[in-house]
Amino acid sequence: MTIKGKAYIAGAFEHPTRKAPDKSVAQLHAECAKGALTDAGLTKEDVDGYFCAGDAPGMGPLSMVDYMNLRVRHVDSTDTGGSSYLVHVAHAAEAIALGKCSVALITLAGRPRSEGMATGTAPRPGSPAQPDMQFEYPYGPTVVNMYAMCAMRHMHDYGTTSEQLAWIKVAASHHAQHNPNAMLRDVVTVKEVVESPVVASPLHRLDCCVISDGGGALVVVAPEVMKSLGRPRVKIVGVGEAPKGQLGGDVDLTFTGARWSGPRAFAEAGVKPADIQYASIYDSFTITVLMQIEDLGFCAKGEGGRFSADGNLISGTGKLPFNTDGGGLCNNHPANRGGMTKVIEAVRQLRGEAHPAVQVKNCALALAHGTGGSLGTRHGSATLIMERE
Amino acid sequence: MEERKLPAPEPNPETAPYWDAAKNGTLFVRRCAACGRAHHYPRTLCPFCFSDKTEWQAASGNGTVYSFSVMLRAPAPYAIAYVTLDEGTTMLTNIVDCDFESIRMGMRVRLVFKPTEGGAPLPMFTPA
Repeated sequence: MTIKGKAYIAGAFEHPTRKAPDKSVAQLHAECAKGALTDAGLTKEDVDGYFCAGDAPGMGPLSMVDYMNLRVRHVDSTDTGGSSYLVHVAHAAEAIALGKCSVALITLAGRPRSEGMATGTAPRPGSPAQPDMQFEYPYGPTVVNMYAMCAMRHMHDYGTTSEQLAWIKVAASHHAQHNPNAMLRDVVTVKEVVESPVVASPLHRLDCCVISDGGGALVVVAPEVMKSLGRPRVKIVGVGEAPKGQLGGDVDLTFTGARWSGPRAFAEAGVKPADIQYASIYDSFTITVLMQIEDLGFCAKGEGGRFSADGNLISGTGKLPFNTDGGGLCNNHPANRGGMTKVIEAVRQLRGEAHPAVQVKNCALALAHGTGGSLGTRHGSATLIMERE
Repeated sequence: MEERKLPAPEPNPETAPYWDAAKNGTLFVRRCAACGRAHHYPRTLCPFCFSDKTEWQAASGNGTVYSFSVMLRAPAPYAIAYVTLDEGTTMLTNIVDCDFESIRMGMRVRLVFKPTEGGAPLPMFTPA
């Protein structure tokens, strides 16, 4: 049993806002839903499956199904942080393959920027029942310093440098200059990245992603629904999931769950990393990209720094065009969860609807990969491979 | 520079002995009598073999820095770290009482306890 060829992405929409103090979170979800359904040529009445994660207000699917007044027969509120939306695409394909729904709507939205959230630099208390809470929170773990420890160890084990990491931001900025909605549109240099202030050693301010309001939505449909629509066909051919934690105390910060989710997706799709023409790679930080590129098999372990340097990730010149919308590093990181926008840009590339300056020629096979939670503690990992039909 | 205040850990029935030991100046690790392996954070069921034959063991208080990061964008900068204990398991902690510039990967460190706001003290480490 496989999901290969059992479902298509028919609709994709990225909310243009990056700061939305005048909108509610539920409203942003609904606006994204409407955008993706319009993109697909479908209506709210066609939706029979709904997917959302922890960014959805209230009781997730119950609150949002009520707000949008949907009549669905399948819901899924799997929350694996920023990777949730790739997991939702996988689960939607599985549900569609089993006949549990035929038009699955996935939404994400949030307003961390308007709410003044110190996303990366303040420790966030969880519930005391969270088993790690008492052993971690008092020590001041933040998003940035936990990823910084991954970078520190990667540098120690493999000789990775700050300049190599900086190339990842540089490549993202080359793409973002063409995106009118991107938060950071100025092209930056390696020197500017490594000379920006250190937030948590060894990560600089420009190694970090943006904090933005906004959202996005996807519509995943059954083959017979896809055939009835006039849209380019983006077929889901392989998916893989893998959570990774501290391994019982055998902590290893040098690899991510992509080491496990990637091969599962490639095996299902029947393709290999060298076949991928475009890759959306989760980019909460430069180190996030570097480690995932290795773990997905685009280069050998420890070679991510050399692979990413010298513009190798820039569309048109590099071997692996990545995050051609500017990614989380420059464009958008709505609700502090970048998985949704990763899928959306991959869909644009496969449809030939990316900005002409960054569009990969004849892009027929793309990968989107998401991380959620923290690479420094515990995270979700999800890989999605899509093909233009 | 502001003085850093440490939030109190919130023990539960499973972890109370760990924090009681901390109050007495002892760092506990949890070791499985079935498979022999130590783990962290402590659990009743061994995360390696799922045996319930896990026991508290007083750690030597010696370890090495597995990784660290100095958090500069904070009211009072601090060094977060993973320290691998000589008992074989790795714990999240802080490196304290030193010049942060002097912290190195693989550096030998020893246990110190730091008071929290109204709770058990936190096991932290300082260069040995």
